Amino acid sequence: MNIIYGLFQSLFIAFIPLLIVALGGLVTEKSGVTNIALEGLMIFGAFIGAYVLKGMVAAGTSIQISYLTAIIVAGLAGCLLSLLHAVAAIKFNADQIISATAINIIAPAFAIFVARTISQAGQQIQFGANMVISEVPLLSQIPIIGDIFFKQTYISNLLGIVILAVVWIMLMKTRLGLHIRAVGENPHAAQSVGINIFKVRYISVAISGLLAGMGGLIFVATTSSEFNAQVAGFGFLAIAVLIFGNWSPGRIFITALFFAFLRTLSAVYTTIPILQDINIHKHFYDMLPYVAVMIVLVFFSKRSKAPSAAGKPFYQGER
Amino acid sequence: MNQAQTPNQFKKILDRTWSMLKAFGKKASPSFIAIGIGIVIGLIIMVAFNPAGAFQAMGRLLFSGLTSSRNMGQILYFSAPIILTGLAVAFAFKSGLFNIGASGQLMMGVLAAITVGIKLSLPAPFGWIVAMLAAALAGFIWGVIPGLMKAHANVNEVVTSIMMNYIGAYLFAIMIDLFLEQGNTKQSFPISSGSQIPSLSSIFPGSNANIGILFAILIAIGFHILIHKTTLGYQLKASGLSMPASKYAGMNTKKNIVLAMALSGMLAGIGGAVLALVANKTQPVLFGIFTEGFDGISVSLIGLGEPIGVIFSGLLLGMLRVGAFNVQLNDFDENIIKVIQGIMIYTIAVSVAIQIGLRKLIAHMKSKKQIEEAGEQA
Repeated sequence: MNIIYGLFQSLFIAFIPLLIVALGGLVTEKSGVTNIALEGLMIFGAFIGAYVLKGMVAAGTSIQISYLTAIIVAGLAGCLLSLLHAVAAIKFNADQIISATAINIIAPAFAIFVARTISQAGQQIQFGANMVISEVPLLSQIPIIGDIFFKQTYISNLLGIVILAVVWIMLMKTRLGLHIRAVGENPHAAQSVGINIFKVRYISVAISGLLAGMGGLIFVATTSSEFNAQVAGFGFLAIAVLIFGNWSPGRIFITALFFAFLRTLSAVYTTIPILQDINIHKHFYDMLPYVAVMIVLVFFSKRSKAPSAAGKPFYQGER
Repeated sequence: MNQAQTPNQFKKILDRTWSMLKAFGKKASPSFIAIGIGIVIGLIIMVAFNPAGAFQAMGRLLFSGLTSSRNMGQILYFSAPIILTGLAVAFAFKSGLFNIGASGQLMMGVLAAITVGIKLSLPAPFGWIVAMLAAALAGFIWGVIPGLMKAHANVNEVVTSIMMNYIGAYLFAIMIDLFLEQGNTKQSFPISSGSQIPSLSSIFPGSNANIGILFAILIAIGFHILIHKTTLGYQLKASGLSMPASKYAGMNTKKNIVLAMALSGMLAGIGGAVLALVANKTQPVLFGIFTEGFDGISVSLIGLGEPIGVIFSGLLLGMLRVGAFNVQLNDFDENIIKVIQGIMIYTIAVSVAIQIGLRKLIAHMKSKKQIEEAGEQA
């Protein structure tokens, strides 16, 4: 039974950042701007957030408050950097893949450059704290559910679920969400009814930056004790989750769970007796999510519900 | 009479050269602008962190590659693989595809090349030729998969080639761990001497330079001829400009997509062979995606997607990379070069768009003028 609880607890570690970042990708794609810079934005958010976390923990602030503050700052950092992509994509009608690639190259290099230049010790930024909450009082006493959700848990798990709800409601039930979807499907029609396309798209890209930055710090803070200028390709995996999730929040939730499960296998297979006996190379498990993406894409791309205007620049005079 | 004509002819030649240079400058201006902006912003970042050493460090970054014949040899050694990955990206670009998977294709090339180099101990010319062919084949396979998926299932090649990078990098680590590791060193065996690409160390003593750079330049020229002078090149370009139009014109666009990605992957695979078939070079048993493929994106964009431009931008980035080792003397990290590269790519992305915008504006104004003139005449 403990193995199963352990599996669930590690499942959340991969699931929450994947979910948050994929939702960020969802918002920007719904508005018609693709953003493969999620990886770079995660790294940049985690980088700034790691310094905040380290500083606050060192100053003696309580760990959970430091963690939450760091998540917010990481989000703002990601938001700021995403504006670079937004300006290129929205104002200059640049190739969105190229400007995003630039961010993916700049973010980790800048993080390593700064970390090594500031401290001669190396590129790692150690937090000096473990974010885990070993037991939530009262709630952890509930049988089964208490063991799965309220032991060895993180405050960010709750945050991830809240973000899912907020993004879902925002996209499907609010005026802004309607505008975002309209702009991504048919920008000219949206403009003809008085929607400010540029404003809506800037907001959407900024939201994706915010969520990617938050997801970046959450990933780093829950999987290790230091920032090391990488997020293990989670930004790209989140894009796969988005595509497989067919641009729908509910399916993104399920897909993120599926990919998180595959990711978790490589982390925990040594604790599962059957898998240990088969004795397959560890990296085969690491490879699984990416192989799954390839297989899944072949079967699902034809039924894709991608926003019609995603990735296409908007020209005022065209129709 | 001859005396009167000579200065005249000379002036003509001068004029012609000047107009050619002007045309070149006009065409290449986005890349010069990008290089300039990249260097200026890089310098600003360096000044922000260490004002005292920044200018000297920037000087080292730009010029220290040219200070010794060893460094010049190293420029050629670093340039060859990134010229090849740059060509790979440019080739896919010509056909309207974005091959972000050059890194994975290059790693498969490295894996195939060193497998041949370690397991088969073939004598000198055959050793490295077979290894290079194996690398080309491996890159071909790694490129053809996203190509097939794009052509037949309409899957976006950007996403699949990113996935192929990760799959390739894990496969690389697994294969070296299982079959090519030397004892418990966490490093692969060195390749046999017959598999080493002939060295140029007699010209550039102390460097790793080899004739890989010549291959890169020859392939670039071949690519130039293929894309600008042949029917296949015309078809690939046509698919790149408009997929529906080329389909309507009766071209087999699906075949063209698969072919473009496969050949692109092949170029990156050859880049892997050039990178790895060097004396005493070993590969780590460690997961990590090689950066040469991403450098290829920079090289291709700074070279404005043209094979001849790619040669020069590859040499430029090779030079900066050699220079980057020396900025550490001023307590800067060598990653500043990647930051500068990223800024250059960003500038190119934006500047191309600005140029297109300008051209559209001019065309728009011209057509407006024509309409007005026509109106006046009527």
